[in-house]
Amino acid sequence: MSNNIELKKGLDIPISGAAAQKTKKVVVPDIVAVKPVDFRGLVPRLLVKEGDVVLAGSPVLSDKETPEILFTSPVSGTVAEIVRGAKRKLLEVRIKADKEQKHVDFGTAKPSSLDADAVRQTLLKSGLWPALVQRPYGIIANPEVSPKAIFISAFSTAPLAANAEYVFKDEIENIQTGINALAKLTKGGIHVSFSSANYSGTPLHKLENIIPHIFGGKHPAGNVGVQIHHISPIAKGDTVWTISMHHVAAIGKLFNTGKYDTSRLIAVTGPAADDPCYVKGISGMSMDSIADFCKDKDTTRFISGDVLTGTNVGKDGFLGFFDNQVSLIKEGTETEMFGWAKPVRPKQFSSSRTYFSWLTPNKKYDMDTNTHGEPRAFVMSDVYGKVLPMDIYPVYLAKACLAKDIDKMEKFGIYEVIEEDLALCEYVCPSKIGIQAILSDGIDLMLKEMA
Amino acid sequence: MNGLNRLIEKIKPTFSKGGKLGFLHSTFEAFESFLFVPGTVTAGKGTHVKDAVDLKRIMIIVVIALVPSLLFGIWNTGYQHNAAFGLNWGFWQMVWYGFVRIIPLYLVSYIVGLGIEFASAQIRGHQVNEGYLVSGMLIPLIVPIDVPLWMLAIAVAFAVIIGKEVFGGTGMNIWNPALLCRAFLFFSYPSKMSGDTVWTGGLSRYLAEGTAYASGNGLVDGFSGATPLVHAKEGITGLSNAGIDFMDLFVGNVGGAVGETSVIAILIGAVILIWTGVASWKIMLSSVIGALAIGGLANLFATDATPYLQLPAYWHLVLGGFAFGTVFMATDPVTSAQTETGKWIYGFLVGALTVTVRLFNPGYMEGMMLAILLMNTFAPLIDHYVIDASISRRAKKVKVAKL
Repeated sequence: MSNNIELKKGLDIPISGAAAQKTKKVVVPDIVAVKPVDFRGLVPRLLVKEGDVVLAGSPVLSDKETPEILFTSPVSGTVAEIVRGAKRKLLEVRIKADKEQKHVDFGTAKPSSLDADAVRQTLLKSGLWPALVQRPYGIIANPEVSPKAIFISAFSTAPLAANAEYVFKDEIENIQTGINALAKLTKGGIHVSFSSANYSGTPLHKLENIIPHIFGGKHPAGNVGVQIHHISPIAKGDTVWTISMHHVAAIGKLFNTGKYDTSRLIAVTGPAADDPCYVKGISGMSMDSIADFCKDKDTTRFISGDVLTGTNVGKDGFLGFFDNQVSLIKEGTETEMFGWAKPVRPKQFSSSRTYFSWLTPNKKYDMDTNTHGEPRAFVMSDVYGKVLPMDIYPVYLAKACLAKDIDKMEKFGIYEVIEEDLALCEYVCPSKIGIQAILSDGIDLMLKEMA
Repeated sequence: MNGLNRLIEKIKPTFSKGGKLGFLHSTFEAFESFLFVPGTVTAGKGTHVKDAVDLKRIMIIVVIALVPSLLFGIWNTGYQHNAAFGLNWGFWQMVWYGFVRIIPLYLVSYIVGLGIEFASAQIRGHQVNEGYLVSGMLIPLIVPIDVPLWMLAIAVAFAVIIGKEVFGGTGMNIWNPALLCRAFLFFSYPSKMSGDTVWTGGLSRYLAEGTAYASGNGLVDGFSGATPLVHAKEGITGLSNAGIDFMDLFVGNVGGAVGETSVIAILIGAVILIWTGVASWKIMLSSVIGALAIGGLANLFATDATPYLQLPAYWHLVLGGFAFGTVFMATDPVTSAQTETGKWIYGFLVGALTVTVRLFNPGYMEGMMLAILLMNTFAPLIDHYVIDASISRRAKKVKVAKL
């Protein structure tokens, strides 16, 4: 049932600093971190202590609720530091990498000859299981459930996102193996969504054992949540899984080589990045290892992920488990006199026509982190609707979340969205309302009430 | 500029919580953020970059869109005064007269309104919302030029307190504050506010004291002071007997509230609002359709005994406050319907109700204000049904699409 879906709503944010298609260097890991905070709702159990020796693939953490779910070290080395935050919340397990990398051998196998249980066990043991994200809610997939289907987006429309053709050009075989493995876990098939702009151009379109879909349009057309909404909306009681393409490649490598290998091409992007391009790195690598991209470390925000949904990890932070992009942007702490009243502000972009940036549609802007105004109550209507290609009412959903009204949250589509899907709404909001945080609280409440 | 910025930074601690004048921090922040786009950065969970637009920008666009109506209103106030007293004034004399008469209205509107806004923000420890910038701009444009200032002050206070602050400020109110102000005036002081004497500048004073602001020769012969809406009771004949044709109503050199007479000036504002996306074109269009529909229906049933029903439907678009209300009041994003389908229904009913009131309520001809206030009340209900329909449609779609 291949179909072509053109989405009319959305917005491509014209931020400068797209990564050039070249790989500048291979990051030799020094200190890497395993971060339980990358996973929603995870209550981690620590399996190592400072000074322990680990191999690449050795378990570091497990899920307290489902102890089979393991989180493993991406490198071999010594556990250097266990970082805790307020109330002793576990934030990071930092591992100092050895010069010589040794891997736990999980054994090679052809997934097509394995049964579902064998695939599941290998993924759980290797630490790649947490790459499977369950919708609704965006939590780690439950190994005891067989999902309705698995959805993968083969492209990203997020601001400055890594180019799929470039980062996966050498991974096609691994991705195919990964897909064969995942296909064992569901009866609904592996739904892969391609970009209509470059469907035949991407080497990924030759993948087999998938159900292809084609999506066109501006961001968030590449978001898997939006794609699911148009392919097969999630109803109450449904469970589907999603996984990012670089994790599919990692699963493929696991079965092809027997190693837990999270190496991936990472786009270093953003207006504050010097010569933005790709580096070859791993999950949990330190921001320090790409600090040479940064012009001025003290005034720059290091974001693991894109500028809409990424995490501010700081210059001493680490790349997130799910991210293959780092965005560097300037902290916008400067004030601007009568900025809101100036007829022309050539350095500012607005998707609304209240500024004149619509006159220069191809211009890229050196955006910073300034909020450009203060938070206010909801005033304008139909601002969010213009950038959300889904049949839901985001303002009503947000209000239901604020009111902690489970019934209404259900009705307004909480099962279909996670934060990233509404990120653009937050970007364009003239009232500067933190939609993602509101939705996040709403999802947390659902998890608590439904458990 | 840097000096000012430094000054603000210097006095900031005094006005922050714990500082000597800490209780004034809402007021201080209002002035600070008025002068400077603040240097706050995105934080925590959420987007790291944000669009340049904020509510202040949106409000200033509405204010700009109102400027043509204001300028025309200034001239027209002088023009009407000149015509009433037969003064043979030149253009700049009329403008000067209008300017002198309108400035007090603005002073009252902004001093009273913003004063209450600041005070209530202060009491609640909230930030001062910029919503009143627009309401304060609107109010003088929809009142008669001869409104006594003390009445205006009371009406503004009522509109801001009962219309907005009791609900929690801008964004929470259910009625348009500016219209509430006008409604308060008209229902609280009917003897003063209705009739034919308040619409021409200087007339009230002339009738009361025997002198107008400018020393004139008294009223010209045959002057009535009635607004075109009153003449429209006798249909087109009534209007043409009063010397008013369609173009007069379109250009706006007729009597009426300060800023609502000129359809040309309002259309300039409408273009600005629609182009910038600040106001909904759906509401404007459907309101026009609604007015034409009821007006057209009336035309069908009209006989010579009911000349007001014979008035061609499109005349309603240029009469009275219809154009101004449709463009600037019905489209208020807070009090109108919020869903896109809802906007079509809401706008249509605003237009339809306005003309209905005009045609079938001979006692009080201006239906726009009441139609919008009534539809403000029902907008949440419209949204409720639109959303209910959407939810059940979605539920069906999910069933169909099940794999």
